[in-house]
Amino acid sequence: MNGHTTTSDGNVVIDCKLQQVYYGEFLAVRDSHVPIEKGKITGFIGPSGCGKSTVLRSLNRMNDLIRGFRFQGHVHFHGQDVYANNVDPVVLRRHIGMVFQQPNPFQMSIFDNVAFGLRLNRYRGKVSDRVEQALGRAALWDEVKDKLKNNGLSLSGGQQQRLCIARAIATEPSVLLMDEPCSALDPIATRRIEELMIELKRNYTIAIVTHNMQQATRVADTTAFFSVDMSKGGRTGYLVEMGPTKEVFENPQQKLTKDYIAGHFS
Amino acid sequence: MSPGTVPAVERGVANSATGLRGGTLSLQRSPLERRTLLSALLTCGAWAAAILASIPLVSVLYMLVVRGGARFDFRWDMLVELPPAGFETGGGFGNAIVGTLVMVGLAAVISVPVGIFCAVFLAELGPHSTLARAVRFAAKTLTGLPSILAGVFAYASVVLVTGTYSAPAGAMALAVLMVPTVVLTAEEAMKMVPRITRDAAYGMGCTRSQVIWKIVLPTALPGILTGVMLAVARAAGETAPLLFTALFSSFWLVEHGAVRLMQPTASLAVLIYNFSGMPFENQIELAWAASLVLVLLVLFVNIASRLLGHRRV
Repeated sequence: MNGHTTTSDGNVVIDCKLQQVYYGEFLAVRDSHVPIEKGKITGFIGPSGCGKSTVLRSLNRMNDLIRGFRFQGHVHFHGQDVYANNVDPVVLRRHIGMVFQQPNPFQMSIFDNVAFGLRLNRYRGKVSDRVEQALGRAALWDEVKDKLKNNGLSLSGGQQQRLCIARAIATEPSVLLMDEPCSALDPIATRRIEELMIELKRNYTIAIVTHNMQQATRVADTTAFFSVDMSKGGRTGYLVEMGPTKEVFENPQQKLTKDYIAGHFS
Repeated sequence: MSPGTVPAVERGVANSATGLRGGTLSLQRSPLERRTLLSALLTCGAWAAAILASIPLVSVLYMLVVRGGARFDFRWDMLVELPPAGFETGGGFGNAIVGTLVMVGLAAVISVPVGIFCAVFLAELGPHSTLARAVRFAAKTLTGLPSILAGVFAYASVVLVTGTYSAPAGAMALAVLMVPTVVLTAEEAMKMVPRITRDAAYGMGCTRSQVIWKIVLPTALPGILTGVMLAVARAAGETAPLLFTALFSSFWLVEHGAVRLMQPTASLAVLIYNFSGMPFENQIELAWAASLVLVLLVLFVNIASRLLGHRRV
């Protein structure tokens, strides 16, 4: 029903044209066009409550789980509107993986955590090979190869987060969404995850929400800056500016962006 | 470290509430100060209350071991023998052990699936629905239900319908008592599974039922087992609901290789109740011994479920 492709640029994997997002009566985000390009890291930055997480979670329909969520607009994933009636969010989420703010391994062994998605999809090949491969890509294999039977929750915070990344990439999704993946981690663990992201972008398209602007400059190829509009009494987020990271940071087109980057913004 | 390392620190001056007196710093609290006394008093009170609360338990256990154990005297035959009649000596309560195990087992088979499915509904499917509110209210009320009323329910629904006192009737009465405990603890345990764990499962592309069966229930398993164990322990010790559902019997539930459930069935609790009121020394001793066995049985269930629950962590 909704087969038309929207983008002239063939490199756009997810084209999010968001008009309005509501939680109940609350207008959370409005008017944001966020194209996410293949093989790149797109960073979402902006002050608290600017809706960057909401936008990210709209891409794989994680917000469907929140009561009162309404999405107006469209999100095209490889040309298909993910909000079309015939799209099953469960199937969609198997193509668009997600890593969360808090490391959230399952209460099961390290191996089972990574194998979880494979088993869910009834993977027919050798599960242990794919588990090793995923843990290797997540730069965790050497640390856990001798204790794959240990509980995933017994690892340190940074290791847990890399385990979650391994779990997410084991099923080879084409896109990886990361919602402030380092905010619960110490600087060394953060560094490792950042290196990992740059590694991963060879195979995956990544969108990452971050509070940390230095992190955006370190990892993101493209940066989207969101802000909060309080003019109508609400707190509505919207996209202010989006472009190559270097340009957004060194030569911002909007005064809001300039102020935020210079630290003049609360 | 002695206090003397800080010069001019004074010991126990009653009016040095701020610790400062005459410009010198005192880092010590007077033992006679009001808050010191109050603190000591409350601590003593808490200790006393804790000891007081454990007196009944300890004394019951003591009596069980002394009086129940005396009868045992390393003769295990009473675990496999039938109850004695009036003036007989010897005998045992083998059929009551079997009866209790069978009825509690049947009750668990009925109540655990019902309770867990019910908890899945309450915690996951429709936590805010009117039905859920009604069920929660009913379950909370039922936990305080006088157990004899569960017996009345089973009497009307099983005994009158089947026309006989039986093990299933007793099991039904016990199941009615177990369901609310299982429901409420399982719901609580499932609610304790963190939101971020569910998010992870949904993010992996789980359907709602996969999230529940593969993630939420296994993660909540220790808590659910605790609830089941509490329910089993309570059911095993219940007497009133069995009095007019399973009644009592001096015969085996299994005879000549055939299980005959549809007949009056003995249980440890009812045996204790019956025998403890008899004027015969033999029966009273057996009642003590049966009490000890019942407590050990409950203890065993308790420990087993803990081990099961911990293996997952």
